[in-house]
Amino acid sequence: MDILYKVFVEPFVFMGEAPDLLIQTLWEGLVSGVLYALIALGFVLIFKASGVFNFAQGIMVVFAALILVGLYEKGVPAFLALILAALAMLVLAVVVERVVLRPLVNQPDIILFMATFGLTYLLIGFGELIFGGNPREMITDALLLPQGTTEIDALGGSVRIQHLDVAAAVIASLMIGLLAVFFSKTRIGRALRAVADSHKAALSVGISLNQIWVIVWFAAGLVALVAGIMWGARSGVSFSLQIIALKALPVLILGGFTSIPGAIIGGLIIGVGEKLGEFYWGPLVGGGIETWLAYVIALLFLLYRPQGLFGEKIIERI
Amino acid sequence: MFYREAGQFKSNYVSDAAIFPLREDRIGLGIVIAAAYALAFMGSDFLLQAVMIPFLVFSLASIGLNILTGYTGLLSLGTGAFMGVGAYACYKLMTAFPDVNVIVWIFVSGFFSAAIGALFGLPSLRIKGFYLAVATLAAQFFLQWCFIRIPWLVNYNVSGALDAPLRTFFGIPIIGATATPQTRYLLVLTIVILLTWLASNLVHGRIGRMWIAIRDMDLAAELMGIRPLQTKLLAFAVSSYYCGVAGALLVFLWYGGAEYDVFNINQSFFILFMVIIGGLGSLIGSFFGAALIFIMPIVLGIVLPALLSPFGISVGSDTIEHLRFMIVGALIIFFLIVEPHGLARLWQIGKQKLLVWPFPY
Repeated sequence: MDILYKVFVEPFVFMGEAPDLLIQTLWEGLVSGVLYALIALGFVLIFKASGVFNFAQGIMVVFAALILVGLYEKGVPAFLALILAALAMLVLAVVVERVVLRPLVNQPDIILFMATFGLTYLLIGFGELIFGGNPREMITDALLLPQGTTEIDALGGSVRIQHLDVAAAVIASLMIGLLAVFFSKTRIGRALRAVADSHKAALSVGISLNQIWVIVWFAAGLVALVAGIMWGARSGVSFSLQIIALKALPVLILGGFTSIPGAIIGGLIIGVGEKLGEFYWGPLVGGGIETWLAYVIALLFLLYRPQGLFGEKIIERI
Repeated sequence: MFYREAGQFKSNYVSDAAIFPLREDRIGLGIVIAAAYALAFMGSDFLLQAVMIPFLVFSLASIGLNILTGYTGLLSLGTGAFMGVGAYACYKLMTAFPDVNVIVWIFVSGFFSAAIGALFGLPSLRIKGFYLAVATLAAQFFLQWCFIRIPWLVNYNVSGALDAPLRTFFGIPIIGATATPQTRYLLVLTIVILLTWLASNLVHGRIGRMWIAIRDMDLAAELMGIRPLQTKLLAFAVSSYYCGVAGALLVFLWYGGAEYDVFNINQSFFILFMVIIGGLGSLIGSFFGAALIFIMPIVLGIVLPALLSPFGISVGSDTIEHLRFMIVGALIIFFLIVEPHGLARLWQIGKQKLLVWPFPY
């Protein structure tokens, strides 16, 4: 009975007693949720358009951030470096399409998945060769990102809000909004959606698959650049950052591999769930449950909806 | 010329169902096994300890994953954790019952990881493809967390690491600091051969066909009367059994002691590489994949400095490391483009060519 009390009653009592802590935890969860969503978004873009589960998304985040910081350290102005980093992602997209995707067209999904593993190794080696393995500071000041914190007195305590987190949330929302407009209003966006629906039908109306793939990989590269800046500002730019890609996976299965709104809502659920779980229930089992809690949350959702919350319904025929 | 099926007639059902129908194949297999045993007496300690033992251990783990991913079509990223369950179970059994021979415990420890594997295989009934792969990551991270947080698993020792106590077999130390690489190699080799033989019989028999039917189309298989629940869970259990035994071998016969970090997510990916590069749904491919993925970096580490030094490029060890990463990555992509069905398919093509040589067809 004691254990039941500790699991089902005590945390909620604690939440009620200290609402400021609850709000603080919720806020942190939402912010990390937005950042998870940013990474998951990169996965979704590529999966939707080409059916490739791009494991290299994590290293693309690191790579983009490293190029940005590396160029800045060489004396390139921050915003020029930003543009150059974006260009580098374009080059990467073109090269990946030419060298990796095109020869592997029509192969089973798992083979393409494996190829992105090869790409991950290649980029890790290449990045370390050029930039070295040392962690770096993200150039928050030069990019005019706000810093500092505000404390809001509320509910008998104070809630601490980092300006950077607010900026991250705003930029991520802008980015998602832009992508939504791009997908629904522009000619290329419509072509992208056509490809996502059916490769063959898209080809038959004259959409170039190769071109579309370059575009989605470039878009994913841009998302990676933004994610790299935001994550880099929080925890420094280093190769260990690529494991955040693993953090984005539960978000992805929760929201569904093919859904952009799914990535966002999944990110928020995972972010909040993870922080709440760690803060209120973690101490019961000795802490550190953040590493797997997200997966368990996602797994529980999956048992009800095997294609994720917003994924396309899986229809099987014989 | 030396490799012909002409004149070898299948006169009964047993010979028709044989796994190696050609006499040459059987002789070749015999030679390979004999050579593997002979290597124990001729190879240097470095070769046995740093190349052959890990190669065999990884081959065994790849066979395990291949049963799940290659034969049953269930993508799993929890291999590392299942290996860990085997290792920790073996350690607990070994220290709790020191009088029983440790070889028995190595085999028994596999059953523990089989049970855990079947438990985490339950979602596979509803979830498929990459969704399942990510779901198995839950097993990976949860089990790894258990290895760290439950001190009971390492008998409350302060370092939190597994160590290999001295155990003997007819007076010869086989586990522990005094066991020679030679004895450990022989033990690993024997276990791997035994389990490979067992796996070969499994995948070629009724159970293997059930797995393959589920892989090719689970809905159709179900309509034909194959029960998806039992078949998938059996695949998870058998696969985890192999991984568990491989994990026990890895810790006690190769490293001689290890921390929880050995069984991290990278280990899972590593084994998956071996399976895919080697060839999905092929036992011999598991060996090829393990050889390529494990031995290639070692060879590159030796070859690269030698290759670069004549050009007057002297490079630091960290640069070599980075180049190695790049080359391994590039080679993975290269192999996939050249032969997406893995090295096992290349092997098959080679054998086919040899059968008709010197004629084109």
